[in-house]
Amino acid sequence: MAQQPQAGGGNSRAGTKKELPEHFKAYKHVWVAVEMEHGAVHSVSFELLGEGRKLADKRGVELAAVVMGESRAELDAAAAQCFEYSADLVYLAQDPALAHYRNETACQVLTHLVNTYKPEILLLGATNLGRDLAGSVATTLATGLTADCTELEIDEEGSLAATRPTFGGSLLCTIFTLNFRPQMATVRPRVMPMPARQEGRSGRIIEYSPAINEADIITKVLDFIADRDSDKASLPYADIVVAGGLGLRSAENFQLVKNLAEVLGAEYGGSRPLVQKGWITADRQIGQTGKTIRPKLYIAAGISGAIQHRVGVEGADLILAINTDPKAPIFEFAHLGIVADAVTLLPALTEAFANRLRINRLAS
Amino acid sequence: MSEMQAQEPQFDAIVVGAGPSGNAAAYVMASEGLNVLQIERGEYSGSKNVQGAILYADALEKIIPDFREDAPLERHVIEQRMWTMDDRSHTGVHYRSDDFNEEKPNRYTILRAQFDKWFNARVRAAGATVLFETTVTELVRDLSGKVIGVRTDRGGNPIMAPVVVLAEGVNGLVGQRSGLREEVKPGTVALALKEMHFLPREVIEARFNLSGNEGVVIEAMGTITKGMTGTGFLYTNEESISVGIGCIVDDFVEGGETPYGLLESFKNHPSIKPLLAGSEIKEYAAHLIPEGGYRAIPQLYGDGWLVVGDAGQFVNAVHREGSNLAMTTGRIAAETVVMLTRKREAMSRANLAIFAKRLEETFVMKDLKKYKGIPGLLHGGKAQFFGTYPRLISQAMQTWFRVDGVDKKSKEGAILRSFREARGWRGMMGDAFRLVRAWR
Amino acid sequence: MNQPLHSVVCIKQVPDSAQIRVHPVTNTIMRQGVPTIINPYDLFALEEALRLRDRFGGKVTVLCMGPMTAEDSLRKALTFGADRAVLLSDRYFAGSDTLATSYALSMALLQIAREFGAPDIIFTGKQTIDGDTAQVGPGIAKRLGYNQLTYISKIRDLDPDGGALVVERRAEGGTQVLQTKLPVLITMLEGSNEMRRGSIETALAAARAQVTIWNAAAVGIEDLTRCGLRGSPTIVKKVFAPGARSEKAAMIGAEATPEASAHAVIDAIFGRMPAIEAQLFETAAQAAY
Ligand SMILES: Cc1cc2nc3c(=O)[nH]c(=O)nc-3n(C[C@H](O)[C@H](O)[C@H](O)COP(=O)(O)OP(=O)(O)OC[C@H]3O[C@@H](n4cnc5c(N)ncnc54)[C@H](O)[C@@H]3O)c2cc1C
Ligand SMILES: Cc1cc2nc3c(=O)[nH]c(=O)nc-3n(C[C@H](O)[C@H](O)[C@H](O)COP(=O)(O)OP(=O)(O)OC[C@H]3O[C@@H](n4cnc5c(N)ncnc54)[C@H](O)[C@@H]3O)c2cc1C
Ligand SMILES: Nc1ncnc2c1ncn2[C@@H]1O[C@H](COP(=O)(O)O)[C@@H](O)[C@H]1O
Repeated sequence: MAQQPQAGGGNSRAGTKKELPEHFKAYKHVWVAVEMEHGAVHSVSFELLGEGRKLADKRGVELAAVVMGESRAELDAAAAQCFEYSADLVYLAQDPALAHYRNETACQVLTHLVNTYKPEILLLGATNLGRDLAGSVATTLATGLTADCTELEIDEEGSLAATRPTFGGSLLCTIFTLNFRPQMATVRPRVMPMPARQEGRSGRIIEYSPAINEADIITKVLDFIADRDSDKASLPYADIVVAGGLGLRSAENFQLVKNLAEVLGAEYGGSRPLVQKGWITADRQIGQTGKTIRPKLYIAAGISGAIQHRVGVEGADLILAINTDPKAPIFEFAHLGIVADAVTLLPALTEAFANRLRINRLAS
Repeated sequence: MSEMQAQEPQFDAIVVGAGPSGNAAAYVMASEGLNVLQIERGEYSGSKNVQGAILYADALEKIIPDFREDAPLERHVIEQRMWTMDDRSHTGVHYRSDDFNEEKPNRYTILRAQFDKWFNARVRAAGATVLFETTVTELVRDLSGKVIGVRTDRGGNPIMAPVVVLAEGVNGLVGQRSGLREEVKPGTVALALKEMHFLPREVIEARFNLSGNEGVVIEAMGTITKGMTGTGFLYTNEESISVGIGCIVDDFVEGGETPYGLLESFKNHPSIKPLLAGSEIKEYAAHLIPEGGYRAIPQLYGDGWLVVGDAGQFVNAVHREGSNLAMTTGRIAAETVVMLTRKREAMSRANLAIFAKRLEETFVMKDLKKYKGIPGLLHGGKAQFFGTYPRLISQAMQTWFRVDGVDKKSKEGAILRSFREARGWRGMMGDAFRLVRAWR
Repeated sequence: MNQPLHSVVCIKQVPDSAQIRVHPVTNTIMRQGVPTIINPYDLFALEEALRLRDRFGGKVTVLCMGPMTAEDSLRKALTFGADRAVLLSDRYFAGSDTLATSYALSMALLQIAREFGAPDIIFTGKQTIDGDTAQVGPGIAKRLGYNQLTYISKIRDLDPDGGALVVERRAEGGTQVLQTKLPVLITMLEGSNEMRRGSIETALAAARAQVTIWNAAAVGIEDLTRCGLRGSPTIVKKVFAPGARSEKAAMIGAEATPEASAHAVIDAIFGRMPAIEAQLFETAAQAAY
């Protein structure tokens, strides 16, 4: 077994008092580790750049993006996009061994860049890739990492205040990494709003060729089986989402949700118990342990609005709740509510929407 | 029930169930050096168990004298309120005494999930083997009909022991399926519903006038049960309030009231609602209580088996005692088995009869005998006891306390008249007579 | 590798968070009466380890860091069929964040390697339901130099002699098929299998089994400043309840018929968000062509 990585903080490993060790004082700038799979940048990285911009401005430092991959064309395109989403600087790591994401290679590259260029804040998406990478990078650097943040702030003393749900979502807590650098955090897709794109904006590129010897890498990617489009839910990025909960009472009634979604060209999803009952697949679960969504319109039928569900939908512009119980918690955070039986209202709503859209279609 | 050729016993005794009766039995036997197997279907002891819950110290003290040192106790009871209620009011007798702030308090509120878990940890520490998430499906008998072991839902070979203590609670399915006892009758069991309402301890203390770990108990009867035989209760825990109501199952069937509706309206009673205001419901449970009393007690022993606790109908419904009877019957059953094991005597029906004989000498049988007429009386006269009288008492109180220019003599007259008109002198005398007779 | 396969499954005892309540005044967690469970995600890892043992033989060790009461969870794991259980428990571990947790667990794993043989596969759950970070697995892998395989949905192939392993890994937008070599650390995805029920013999053996209990010193931890609160770079400064939205939902009165209600709902939506109306009509119009 390998050696234990060395702790970074010397004697004063933690403690609540802020006294940054001398060798961490050179750590500056805010970084986003950009997630790239199959040549394209994951939108969560842009969302993070938007958030990173605010943090960098508050600290009066630069915002940098780290992109890694194999193809120069793809990397250049990614860098250009990062600039348009307000990065000042892009660290560009190119190597054939970076063609697909692998923990070994990515961890090696990112750790090297951090140790060389010393950022004070490092943000990653809380996707499978981001969490895989963040956990091992933080351990290698022996620094603090706060997962699944819902809010990032700079406090009066200039430290990163990372807020995240805790205890099954019933509470929020704010976490600091005071005596170590970089301060690391992951954020789930769609938790932060998509920033505006500034076309034509550009910046500096710093290149890095890690010269990885493929023979040294134990793990090989044999294949990638893309999700079939038919059953792939793109819930996080849908404009309209219709969801159902236990109030629908049966798997058959859940069809009513799908019907409405179809008429609206929307995605459909549901609360966690429906996954447990097998009415929907896990990738359609909305909430803390499912997907976070940020649609323009969210229709929740027969969902009580438990806190774990709430944290996944709060970013929606307009939430309509249909529930038979006027005291259901969902009415506390929905924008529009109706006390009604979803099993009768959903078909009526589907019909009414269909009619209005048909009329409009005839008119146009 | 399957029949088996005699096979080597693996344990000295098997206890089915880990409620208060099973824990008491297993603890006593294990601490006396017996090799005990206890089988519980819940995830842990207490996970499926429901109680108000008041713990009576005496019964437990006889088993674990120093239990106060580490048992999870909520509050010790210093005040008892007995309420007769109509739809808008309650008339109460409250007894509060600083004497209850004694060094070794007499009664405590507990949370069964925690208390049973603690008790069972003691059982294991005493050396018993405990299986959880395992349900006993049937008793195994030898060719002579003697019980020699059990089978479980985990399949495999049966587990053998010379004696099985059935501490399986009110439904008693194992005993029933094995033909040891009859099915529980809907006329002799109550269905009780209970909710835990979470409230900060400061709020509870202010609301009930308590300090430290003092607690209050409210027992209530009257129109809250909508004419059915039953009672309601409210107990203060450390950071929660237990509130519940229960009625004889037959009455629910007859009257068409839903148990949940009954609890809802009890909670919304103007005398109860402010006590719960601002609370958050933490858990909800329903459970049966055997309330048939002495007359409903089944056969308690046979060749290779004993019945203890709720499975033996050991509940004193009038005084709301159950867990203490459960622990006491569990202890005495265990002591009987220990004695026979030591003497190397057979776990035969004749020898195990000592268990029943010893029970006769305890408060358990004495109390149940004393009240043997009560269940029938209350059930028969439920319209009066749970409707007419509570209403009359409330009316009388109101007439008496309202100052409205009517002279006191006329008020007295009106009160007496209201009682007479509602029930007639004869009826009232009869009720009183029957009550006194049943009570003696 | 000629020795039988040794898997270690890291399980955590967690409060059943569905039953956690927050004190409305002080905003602290009310743990009173909250039952504990084995972190549900860890059960998928345990079952996978048991399946490998069924196929290739060997042993499954379960490891938990937690208070002494966590012994219950370990015993439960034995009831499912694990061969031995190790509880790592010391007051110095209190308040550990993921870095300190992965340190303590990796030290315990080294001790397990010394006493029971080096693990070929270390399993963890995808994440815990209380910490919810998915960081402890990667942390352990990094510290021990094991290949890290997160979000594994399936173990396709294992050659225990050659040590070659092929797994399916859940990635964004699809499934990666990876080939790698033992020893590895696998974080197992939920839903990948269903936990078995131990036989009566297993249950009896588990009820009587001895759980190995180690403190910090027993696993060779000398520098206690790397443990618990002191060894945790992250500092929780504030815990608070999510704020209520200032205005509650505007209620749409239910009409006499569902049809009428439906129109009232649509009017309310379009009234609030004309953009939605425009977008819907546009898509509908496009669909017409
Ligand atoms: C660690 C943890 C993580 C969790 N993660 C998630 C998560 O990611 N996502 C998630 O959703 N949940 C999650 N949960 C579960 C969550 O706590 C709730 O249990 C769940 O969201 C409740 O689902 P529901 O609203 O469908 O069901 P219920 O709470 O049972 O609500 C059903 C609702 O339907 C209403 N209703 C009944 N009949 C009708 C009718 N005919 N018409 C209209 N309304 C009707 C009822 O009034 C009620 O409000 C998590 C829990 C835990 C402990
Ligand atoms: C709402 C309510 C309030 C009450 N209030 C009070 C009170 O304040 N004070 C008081 O003293 N009493 C009270 N009681 C009564 C008291 O709860 C019971 O008398 C007592 O719990 C009986 O204990 P027991 O061990 O016989 O049965 P139980 O506590 O019912 O335990 C039986 C155990 O056996 C297990 N079991 C059953 N079948 C099997 C099987 N086949 N295999 C394995 N395990 C099995 C069950 O899971 C359970 O754990 C109350 C009861 C209720 C319902
Ligand atoms: N205290 C612990 N003891 C044993 N395993 C743990 C502990 N904490 C975390 N783990 C393992 O690490 C996984 C990820 O945990 P987390 O990073 O907290 O989400 C869990 O699913 C467990 O398998």
